[in-house]
Amino acid sequence: MRGYLPDFDVCVPASLGEALALMAQAPGTLTPLAGGTDLMVVYNAGRLKATRFLDLSSFEELRGIREEAGALTFGALTTFTELRECRAVHQHFPNLVKSARATGALAIQNRGTLGGNIANASPAADTPPSLLAYGAEVELRSVRGSRRVAYDRFHLGYKAMDLAPDELVAAIHVPLPTGRGFHYFRKVGTRQAQAISKTCLAAYARIEDSCVAELRIGVGSVAPAPIRARHAEAVLLGQPLASLPMAAAREALLADISPIDDIRATARYRSVVTRNVLGHMLRELATL
Amino acid sequence: MADRIDLTLKVNGADHRVSVPPFARLLDVLREDLRLTGTKEGCGEGECGACTVLLNGRVVNSCLVPAVQAQGALVVTVEGLAEGENLSSLQAAFLTHNGAQCGFCTPGMLLSATDLINRCPHPSDDQIRDGLSGNLCRCTGYAKILDSVHAAAAEGRAAR
Repeated sequence: MRGYLPDFDVCVPASLGEALALMAQAPGTLTPLAGGTDLMVVYNAGRLKATRFLDLSSFEELRGIREEAGALTFGALTTFTELRECRAVHQHFPNLVKSARATGALAIQNRGTLGGNIANASPAADTPPSLLAYGAEVELRSVRGSRRVAYDRFHLGYKAMDLAPDELVAAIHVPLPTGRGFHYFRKVGTRQAQAISKTCLAAYARIEDSCVAELRIGVGSVAPAPIRARHAEAVLLGQPLASLPMAAAREALLADISPIDDIRATARYRSVVTRNVLGHMLRELATL
Repeated sequence: MADRIDLTLKVNGADHRVSVPPFARLLDVLREDLRLTGTKEGCGEGECGACTVLLNGRVVNSCLVPAVQAQGALVVTVEGLAEGENLSSLQAAFLTHNGAQCGFCTPGMLLSATDLINRCPHPSDDQIRDGLSGNLCRCTGYAKILDSVHAAAAEGRAAR
């Protein structure tokens, strides 16, 4: 059962400046709308609480992927298809390509956006683990100006974000990896297409002198929000690839995650499988 | 708040003016205002692909698209695939190879397959499976659908 159509309204501002001004006038009353692939599902189910939307989809300044100052900058309206098709993303951030391929199927990938994947704040979204692994920053914009937040400090709890009611996610900055890198992404769902993750893990490591010189592990669907697996990272950092403390890392991961039972998987399944995926990642890392 | 908004939609090559509620879905405008009922509503969640149409040449789930966002864009529905009585090569192949059983998923399958063949004229089995992975067939007639797409591709004429 859908929502009652006459209750809903969409504002189509002529410019980003106008959109931000509208958000500042009555903070929290307008819900930003981009590709609609999450929001419209809730609307179609009749569970959408918001009734007034702000259509961002026409703003060119929120589009495009650019290389600048040692980073790739993704406009918030970058679609999953654009991630899949961009040469620079394949070259520098293969995990993001895999995340985009793992999200829905083509019709969703053509519409869904990176900014929306972040701001919808689902713990089961598939680009956030990769963004966490790559040390991304989120650029937020309002009439008051713009500011950047490290993505690993952006999600504060279930659907809670460091995002003021008058702010928009405008761009995502991801620093280009340097040196010898290791990239890993694994999503576990019911099938390869269209599935929502039961668990999802992305990692990036920089290898120096056959040791783990830098490591970030992002996990999804195992906590109220996408999170870094900092305990597991700490166990592995600085360790030689030849003798990675795999059992200790798997054990430490338990301190990072807090999975729950839901329609897609049990907490126990998530706990066991996420540790197994970490094990798989570490075996690949060890043979690098 | 406006009761209705006026939109001009370019559907199957023709301009259509409609006056619809501001948050109307593209799917409902196509089916109810333009009476193009080939596009189906299945799950309403973007999972089944029955409502697939092309928006500026790319597949989308029309149940997830507010019609206001389709203003000015080129929309192609299953009704736009044939030229008069001449079926597109994919439509003809679905007919010959029994690619349709109950037919409910067929319009969406045809549009996803059209998009696939436009992007990738000679798809492998895996590429077809990837291209159609957002379209579910409850009759589970997938083997015949794959045959149909292969046949249309082999014919070498890109579907319109």
